[in-house]
Amino acid sequence: MIEKTVYLDNAAATRMDEKVLEAMKPYFFETYPVATSEFGYSLGIEAREALEKARKEIASHIGADGEEFIFTSGSTESSNLALKGVALALGEKKGRHIIVSSIEDFPVLHSAKTLEKQGFSVTYLDVDNEGLVDPDRLRDAVTDETILVSIQHANQEIGTVQDIETIGSICHDKGVLFHTDATHTFTRVPLDSQKVEVDLITVSPHTIHGPKGIGGLYIRKGTPISKWMDGGFQEFNLRAGLENIPGAIGFARAVELITLEETERIKKMRDHLIGRVSAEVSETTLNGHRSKRVPQNANITFHSVEGESVTLHLDMRGFAVSTGSACFSRSLEASHVIRGIGGDHERAHGSIRFTFSRYNTMEEVDAVIDAITEVVNQLRIISPLSKNKEVGK
Amino acid sequence: MTFPYSDKVLEHFKNPRNVGKIENPDGHAMEGSPACGDMVGVHINVDPKTKRITDIKFESYGCASNIATGSIITELAKGKTIEEAKKISWKEASDALGGLPPIKSHCSVLAVEGLRSAIHNYEELHGLVKEQKPTTVEILRKRLKKVMNPLSGLDLVQTELVKDITLDKGVVHIDVDLPADHQFATNIREEIRDKIEPLWDVETVEVQFLK
Repeated sequence: MIEKTVYLDNAAATRMDEKVLEAMKPYFFETYPVATSEFGYSLGIEAREALEKARKEIASHIGADGEEFIFTSGSTESSNLALKGVALALGEKKGRHIIVSSIEDFPVLHSAKTLEKQGFSVTYLDVDNEGLVDPDRLRDAVTDETILVSIQHANQEIGTVQDIETIGSICHDKGVLFHTDATHTFTRVPLDSQKVEVDLITVSPHTIHGPKGIGGLYIRKGTPISKWMDGGFQEFNLRAGLENIPGAIGFARAVELITLEETERIKKMRDHLIGRVSAEVSETTLNGHRSKRVPQNANITFHSVEGESVTLHLDMRGFAVSTGSACFSRSLEASHVIRGIGGDHERAHGSIRFTFSRYNTMEEVDAVIDAITEVVNQLRIISPLSKNKEVGK
Repeated sequence: MTFPYSDKVLEHFKNPRNVGKIENPDGHAMEGSPACGDMVGVHINVDPKTKRITDIKFESYGCASNIATGSIITELAKGKTIEEAKKISWKEASDALGGLPPIKSHCSVLAVEGLRSAIHNYEELHGLVKEQKPTTVEILRKRLKKVMNPLSGLDLVQTELVKDITLDKGVVHIDVDLPADHQFATNIREEIRDKIEPLWDVETVEVQFLK
């Protein structure tokens, strides 16, 4: 019997690890000043050194130097800076065309839309029905005016992992900058900036048991990018504002705590859920790619039922999951991702996302499968769309 | 635990009353569409003498407020005469549920419409529609207000997608300001037909996409 809430919405935010908090604490109560220059006072110098150490450690996980990594307030800001910063730097000099995939998360998608309003042209590349960008179509979409391609490493809802090696080399062959949002892959799926021809990478610790309110952007040396938030000279004069040193320390500690074994364990829970649901529940569709998929994500449509009803029933039984249904979202719009992979509205409304973490157990996975089987059965009985009133196959 | 609904809504959501269909019902209707993410079907049996609703069942594909409203509406309507039942408003249903979030009014108003449409269907089938008014463009426009554009979740009239409506000897022609290869063109055409065809003096419905 499981007593506490079973939290399976880890793509949205994770429970912070106590070890992360322990690492952060001294930077609230002891080494609390701002990071000063090397000619500042001792405490400020210590703060700066800790910040630079954290920066180096995180950057090394993507094969980068500390000078290639800046801290931001989160992945939203990172992606905003990547798109708008490059647009600001190259819009006049080189061109005003940007390419993004149609299933990007909102920071990229909405930054692109904002740039469009300012006179940039944007190509929204369609993806196939598993969520993959076609490299040939990308190649064809690049024009002399193109300055930046932004294609996510993995999708926030369906977990499909893009072939960013190929995408990166196409971009560099064409002389175009490449940004990738790696919020949902960082530390779980390898990404080495020495091997992949990528210029900008968005990362964040909120998905890996780190703190909220801090993120990072990898910027390859020499990448033209303009500062757009004005203030002081922090973060190599690219991002003004007081450094969030406890956040940075927590970020580095969170990265350090991720292990391959843990990722494997999470993947097993994911595979177990997909396997049992597809064997035991009728009329389901796995959304996203079967194998090119982040280890922590399962996204399944339970046909003929509406997602908000499913999540509420599960919530009342102590399970937290999310859905692509319009009724669940703040915008009251059905998931653009499920629609982007060719799903109709019914498929989006019935999609349930389960995302796993360090703190989940196989027992919890079995419990959520049992619960959702019951809930879906119950809802199908009253659904006019359901011909099949029994869940069992 | 913190839930976004009243206890009464949650109770009806968990244990919806009068669920399912009636075999050979005296009247029935379906409102909403899978595209909008909300559908309510209502089946009724009516005592021919007293005109009281003797049995009522509902089906729902939708969110919690949709299910709960469907459930409460069956309780409110059962035993009432069809004239009384027609007057049940969304406000009454919402009050009986201890209040619904305003943002969910679109999902929950469907059940109220479903009940009214089922009663209307009963009246049509049993020759109770007193005066059969000839269909007018205004009546057509009113019905088109129930056809949603799934992309925006708003109706075709409100979003000014209906460019022209003509009516000639039972042939209704509607121009829709969307491309024929629009993602939901087929869906929208079917929904338009669904709403217009039951009108007694309409024989064919032509839907033309203008772009």
